[in-house]
Amino acid sequence: MEHHSGLVLPNSGHNRDAEASKLGMWLFLFTEFLLFGGLFIVYMVYRMLNPEAFLTASYQLNVTLGAMNTVVLLVSSMTIAMSITAIQQGNSKRSIQLLVFTVAASLVFLVIKYFEWSAKIHHGLFPGMDVFNRLPHGEGLFFYLYFFMTGLHALHIIIGAIFIVVVIFRTKNGLLNADNYSHTENAGLYWHLVDMIWIYLFPLFYLIH
Amino acid sequence: MAATTELNFFQVKKGLFSWIFSVDHKRVGLLYLYSIMAFFLVGVILGVLMRLELLNPGKDLMEAKTYNQVFTMHGVIMIFLFIIPSIPAVFGNFFLPIMLGTDDVAFPKLNLLSWWIYVVGALMALSTLLFGDGPADTGWTFYAPYSVRTGTNVTMSVLAAFVLGFANILTGLNFIVTIHRLRTPGMTFFKMPLFAWALYATSWIQLLATPIIGITLLMIVAERVLGVGLFDPSIGGDPILYQHLFWIYSHPAVYIMALPAFGIISELLPTFTHRTIFGYKAIAFSSLAIAFVGYFVWGHHMFTTGMSGAARIVFSIMTFLVAIPTAIKVFNWVATLYKGSIDVQPPLLYALGFIFQFMIGGLSGLVLGALASDVHLHDTYFVVGHFHYVMFGGTGFAFFGALHYWYPKIWGRMYNKTIANIAFVIFFIGFNTLYFPMLISGLMGMPRRYYDYLPEFHLPNMISTYGSWILATGLVLMLGNLIAGFFGPKPEIGRNYWGGITLEWQTLSPPPLQNFDKMPEIPKGGPYDFENNY
Ligand code: HEM
Ligand SMILES: [Cu+2]
Repeated sequence: MEHHSGLVLPNSGHNRDAEASKLGMWLFLFTEFLLFGGLFIVYMVYRMLNPEAFLTASYQLNVTLGAMNTVVLLVSSMTIAMSITAIQQGNSKRSIQLLVFTVAASLVFLVIKYFEWSAKIHHGLFPGMDVFNRLPHGEGLFFYLYFFMTGLHALHIIIGAIFIVVVIFRTKNGLLNADNYSHTENAGLYWHLVDMIWIYLFPLFYLIH
Repeated sequence: MAATTELNFFQVKKGLFSWIFSVDHKRVGLLYLYSIMAFFLVGVILGVLMRLELLNPGKDLMEAKTYNQVFTMHGVIMIFLFIIPSIPAVFGNFFLPIMLGTDDVAFPKLNLLSWWIYVVGALMALSTLLFGDGPADTGWTFYAPYSVRTGTNVTMSVLAAFVLGFANILTGLNFIVTIHRLRTPGMTFFKMPLFAWALYATSWIQLLATPIIGITLLMIVAERVLGVGLFDPSIGGDPILYQHLFWIYSHPAVYIMALPAFGIISELLPTFTHRTIFGYKAIAFSSLAIAFVGYFVWGHHMFTTGMSGAARIVFSIMTFLVAIPTAIKVFNWVATLYKGSIDVQPPLLYALGFIFQFMIGGLSGLVLGALASDVHLHDTYFVVGHFHYVMFGGTGFAFFGALHYWYPKIWGRMYNKTIANIAFVIFFIGFNTLYFPMLISGLMGMPRRYYDYLPEFHLPNMISTYGSWILATGLVLMLGNLIAGFFGPKPEIGRNYWGGITLEWQTLSPPPLQNFDKMPEIPKGGPYDFENNY
């Protein structure tokens, strides 16, 4: 029930405003980046203090699996970008297909991650396990940061995938279309962020030798 | 159509659910007001209890450990549940959209979500009372390594602070987008009221700083749960690293507390002096300057905890630099008062109280920012006096000033002004009696965070505790008077009770749901141009 004089303000908070929602998303991504930024600082400090130990420990990681995941994420970033173009051009069906592909890629990423992690845990390298406890402190820190940072990143993958699934359903229901696709764009922005963080994590943990 | 038949935002819908699920920025602001006030009162009771313990040397009321838990709980409540959200979440939510001439914030649903997150975080913080070894006893700073080792519920308190950070981020994000996208046509950036400018700068700090504390607190949790030494030296960690990460957030957080208060003062002074603010642009830009420089001074909390000499000197110099934009504001406010036609009303009293107390707080801050004197004063009661002057005497007073200022606009009612003036005087005297002696006992060398002290500190502590009783009396009188205003016959308030000039005074009191019943008109000569608009 509405009781008002019928005055409509030109710039209303209840208008649909694609610019605003994108600006909001960018600001949010900024905070996400800073969240990981704090961890990058800690990583940097301890890497500088324990260069040898970090090096030794990093040889334990499986570069092949890490590289596969990098490829998976890069491809998924491309497909989500394509799905935005598709919906812009009014092709909702194609957009949905590409989004489904992106979600599938996120699942592939998580499965590979699962195998990686379980191999480490199997070797007793998770913090608190016996092998881990006997490691020199610097190597322990490496694995600790490895689990912390890739774990937090995997959590972001899951959130991003849920976000994309929501977008898929909203596109199906016709809520998102060529005139209103800012949610699709935002899902894309978020996904690119998740991708970009991985682009930093991968060399930091797997490649620096 | 007769405007008076318009329903105000209280009347459009009724019932508890219409409030706790409302996306109206005015209702969200009031939800925040009621919850923040409730926690503030809990914090005050804890503060008064501590003062009672400190009335005499020796143990009076509580064990050392209980005392430690009480000051931690007091600090956590006052910082995370009261002062950080206070002005932005209450008055920012309520008035920012109105001042910009729009009908809501940019993301109304996120706004409601932020209040819910706040409630969840608050309940998490309070839940530490109920289980295990009780609330944290580390101090609100959660310094490692103690926070890693103590058996009290640090994990839960820290997670609560983490969750509360989300609420702040959502509010800040909302305000930035609102200011960029929803200003009414003709409201350029430099026609915005200074309160909006202050919120703008604050929101950026919230966005830039909060994630760092978030991740730092998560690292504490992980260290406690997994037992890997990031911060605890006995298992190979570095406690100084924790302090850096903590203060990288928590120093800018000081400006999250202070800048909105500056904004409030910049609203109150023009209204009650009936003249334009002196140095509008200087005030607006100094907020941004403070926000910027404020990022590079965190080390002044760590002068005594192990940093290189060069780093200490740089941090000390930077700290002195922040004083410049802050002083610019104070001089502009005083210049605004000069030759204004001053109308002494309760809100103005709070603004004057703010200027006086904030100045003591700021100057004592310079004493602490100077390397040589800080080494002597670090972790003494001088620090406790200093930050209460800034946060409570400054931001707290601005908060209550804002409450008295916008009261007729929000509720369309009025409190008793004589009682409000009396309550202010008692509150003001109580405040200074409570905290000024702390500056002195600090200079004498009394350390903070102890439930006991040497007999030579007795006198200042006694005076201080008496002060806490006076202050509590003033507070009860002030709040009682505000609450009494809700009852009894409704006076005729009109649109512009104080003769203000910002847009909220053009609409009805209380405002209708969509904020305006007719298009707001932007003052031609800028936001505070009284001469050309009246
Ligand atoms: C009636 C009001 C208040 C009283 C009586 C009071 C009193 C005190 C006392 C006695 C301490 C502890 C000193 C120590 O042992 O180190 C303290 C600490 C503190 N207070 Fe208050 N206070 C009051 C209001 C406030 C307000 C309004 C704020 C914030 C806006 C605040 C923020 C703090 C903080 C952050 C601490 C430091 C806690 C810690 O050391 O971890 N207080 N207060
Ligand atoms: Cu500081």
